[in-house]
Amino acid sequence: MAEMCSVEKRGRVYLLTLAGTDEHRLNPALLDAIRSALAGVRSDAAASGGSAALVVAAEGKFFSNGFDLAWARVSPSDRVPLMVPALQRTIADLLSLPMPTIAAVTGHAAAAGCFLVLSHDYVVMRADRGFLYMSEIDIGLPITENIMAVMRAKIADPRTRRDLLLRGKRMTAAEAAARGIVDRAVEGAAETVEAAVAMGEELAARNWDGEVYASIRKGVFREACRGIGVAVEEEEAEMKKAASKL
Amino acid sequence: MCSLEKRGRVYVLSLTGDNEHRLNADLIAAVRSALAKVRAEYAAAPNGSALVTAAEGRFFSNGFDLAWANAAGSPSASLQRLSSLVALFKPVVADLMSLPMPTISAVNGHAAAAGFMLAISHDYTVMRGDRGFLYMSELDIGLPFPPYFMSLMRAKIADPRTLRDVTLRAAKITGAEAKATGIVDSVHAGADEALQAAMRMGEELAARNWDGGVYASIRMAAFPDVCRAVGLPAEDAEQKDKTIAAKL
Repeated sequence: MAEMCSVEKRGRVYLLTLAGTDEHRLNPALLDAIRSALAGVRSDAAASGGSAALVVAAEGKFFSNGFDLAWARVSPSDRVPLMVPALQRTIADLLSLPMPTIAAVTGHAAAAGCFLVLSHDYVVMRADRGFLYMSEIDIGLPITENIMAVMRAKIADPRTRRDLLLRGKRMTAAEAAARGIVDRAVEGAAETVEAAVAMGEELAARNWDGEVYASIRKGVFREACRGIGVAVEEEEAEMKKAASKL
Repeated sequence: MCSLEKRGRVYVLSLTGDNEHRLNADLIAAVRSALAKVRAEYAAAPNGSALVTAAEGRFFSNGFDLAWANAAGSPSASLQRLSSLVALFKPVVADLMSLPMPTISAVNGHAAAAGFMLAISHDYTVMRGDRGFLYMSELDIGLPFPPYFMSLMRAKIADPRTLRDVTLRAAKITGAEAKATGIVDSVHAGADEALQAAMRMGEELAARNWDGGVYASIRMAAFPDVCRAVGLPAEDAEQKDKTIAAKL
C-alpha cells in the first residue's frame, strides 16, 4: 500500500506530510494513516524526552479538499457514520498532542480540509496560491456540531465566522491573516514549509512540558475539546497537578 | 405598521410611517406575520432568496413602546407591560435566526435598545453615516438587559472594548464608528444609499442559490448561544448526520 503520509524529523520538529499530488480527500484510510503517524510522533517524543513541535504539510496543489464524498456516496448510510467519527478522532489527537502544532498550508484547504487546518495551534499559509474555503454552504451540506464547536472556538469574530461559513468566502492567506485566522502568509510552497518548521523550532526551543502544553490547550478550547471527544480534565485534577509542581 | 414586498429575489420588510417604530404588541405581531409569510413562500418555492429589513423616516426603531408600558397605572403594572414586550420580541429574534435565507438590515436612522437588537439579529447590517446612531439606552434609563439581548450582543459584538462601550458606557454609535468597530458591515451616504446597498447585497446573496434549510442550519450552529437564549431547539446531531448522508 502506497504511503499516504510520511513523518520526518528536522531538529526538534516532526514534519508530517500528506503524500501524493491528489486532493488528499479525507476518508477513513487517510485519517487512520494520519492518526498512526501522530501516534508515532507522540511515542517518539516521549522516548526522546525533549520538547518538540509538529508541522503538518501536504504535497501538491491541495492541502486537503475535504471529505472523500465519492467514497461516501457508494453507500452513504454506512459510510458517512464512519467518516465523521474518523475525522473527529484525528482532530481529537491533534487537540491533545503534547506539543505545539502548526499547519503548513501550501494548497487549497476546503470543508473538512479547512477544518483540519484550523485545528492546529498555528497556521502558516502560502501567500501566492491557494485558499481556505468552507464549501458546505455552496454544496448544500450542513456542518456537524463537533466541527462547528472547533470553528466557533477558532473563529471568534462574528463577521469572519459568517463570511467563511455562511457566505462560502474563499480566503487567500493575506485575507485570512488580516482577519486573524492565519498566523503568517509566506510566498512559495517550499518557503511556507520552511517557515512553519522554523516556527516549530522556535516553539520547541521554549522547552515547554508537553503534557502541560496539552492540558492548557484543552483548557483554552474546553468546549471544542468536549465537542470533539477529547477528555477534559476536571478542575480538581488540574489543581492537584499544579500543586504537585510547585 | 409594516409592509412586505418582493423585489426580484429579495423580500423587503419595511417598518412604515415616519415615526419611531416603537416595538409594541401590534408592530411585533405584524413583523412576525410578515416573517411567517416569507418562510411559507420560501417553503412553497425554495429558490435562492434574501430578506432586507428596512424602515421609513428618521428612525429604524427606537425600541420598546415604553410610553405604553409607563401608562399602566402603577410601577408594578408598568413592569409587567415591559416584561410582556420583552417576551413578545424574543420570537422575532428566533424567527430571524432561523430564517431560511440570508438577512440584511438597512439602518436608516436611530436604532435603540430593542431596535438595535432588531438590526443585529440580521446576518448583515448596512447603515447610513450622515445621521442616526446605534444606542443601548438601558443603562441610562436604569433597566437591566434581558438575557437574550446580552446573548445577541455577545455573539454579534465580539470585541470586548466595543461590547463594553455599547453596554457599559451606553455609547451612541454613529454609522462610521459602527463600521470601524465591526458592528455593521458598511456605511453609506444616506438612507437611500444604505437601502440600495442592502438590496444589491440581497440580490447577490440570493443569486448564490443556497439551500435555505442548510443556510439556517449553519447559521444556528454558528451562533448556538443566541439560539438557546431565544428558545430555538438545537439540531439533533444524529439527525444532521442522516441529512448529510441523504444529500450526498
